Amino acid sequence: MVNSVDSVTNLGRSGVFDWMIQRVTAYVLALYTIFLFGFMLTSDVNYETWSGLFDQTWFRIFTLLALLSIGAHAWVGLWTVTTDYIKATLPRFLVQALCGLTMFVYVVWGIQILWGL
Amino acid sequence: MLVSLYRYNPETDNAPYMQDVEVEVPEGKDLMVLDVLNLIKERDPSMAYRRSCREGVCGSDGMNMNGKNGLACITPMSEVVKDNKLVLRPLPGLPVIRDLVVDMSLFYKQYEKVMPYLLNDNPAPAIERYQSPEDREKLDGLYECILCACCSTACPSFWWNPEKFIGPAGLLQAYRFLADSRDTAQAERLANLDDPFSVFRCRGIMNCVSVCPKGLNPTRAIGHIRNLLLQRAT
Repeated sequence: MVNSVDSVTNLGRSGVFDWMIQRVTAYVLALYTIFLFGFMLTSDVNYETWSGLFDQTWFRIFTLLALLSIGAHAWVGLWTVTTDYIKATLPRFLVQALCGLTMFVYVVWGIQILWGL
Repeated sequence: MLVSLYRYNPETDNAPYMQDVEVEVPEGKDLMVLDVLNLIKERDPSMAYRRSCREGVCGSDGMNMNGKNGLACITPMSEVVKDNKLVLRPLPGLPVIRDLVVDMSLFYKQYEKVMPYLLNDNPAPAIERYQSPEDREKLDGLYECILCACCSTACPSFWWNPEKFIGPAGLLQAYRFLADSRDTAQAERLANLDDPFSVFRCRGIMNCVSVCPKGLNPTRAIGHIRNLLLQRAT
């Protein structure tokens, strides 16, 4: 007997995968936030130190990881919110598509800013 | 004392309404909410509600009393009455059949989904399937559920997705059989739960724990199920 509920619009296709993604990305985002706060408290924030920080490859990778994390984290979260509160299929799908597009734009735009393409 | 009752008879009323009733509560006695309902029914036999054992065992008289779900038969007036007023509504989130009586079909459908019975593909032994006292202890806090639906109908996740989210009561029973040493269908049970709704729609709000009249903890059981799913998938 198969009792499970199907879904095609969530990120991981499985509940436990979505749950894992949300937890792991939460840790990444927390680390990134703590690091940035630490940086701002311990160093003089001006153009030189700020661009010096973002010139380093490891920090660009860390920032990209944070960007991807916020995209995945927000997708899992907003998918949950839309499936809770928007009951009609078409409006729900449109809002989900808008969220997905926004996250995609942020990620690509972020890469462009980070590597100055 | 003023009792405000949710009234709805689909045969005569276009819409539900609240009816205020003044009740003479005997002095010096801390009646249960069910006793007060019985006093009201003596005067107005058209008032409909479910009740049976009147001692918190059958789970029939789950209702919303001054905003909190519970069993009317074991909830003393002193515990719920505020400013000499008591508001009684049916369990939230389920269709109302009449007055305080709700249609529990969805609740039972979710309960049925977790296969709430022992599955064992080994040949039946001559007498019984043994279980060590330690394994039996793992079922404490799970088997006591009386299916009154107070928890599931207090859960916002169940309100929004009652067809997809199993709800705290069903998940407590799902874990009761996942934790049973005599059950051999753990893999099949877990496979049925690994979708984004059945278990994972629980957001840890814990209304279920706060209202359970038997003092059970469905949130903890859901956490155990999540860990089992995680172990299975990593």
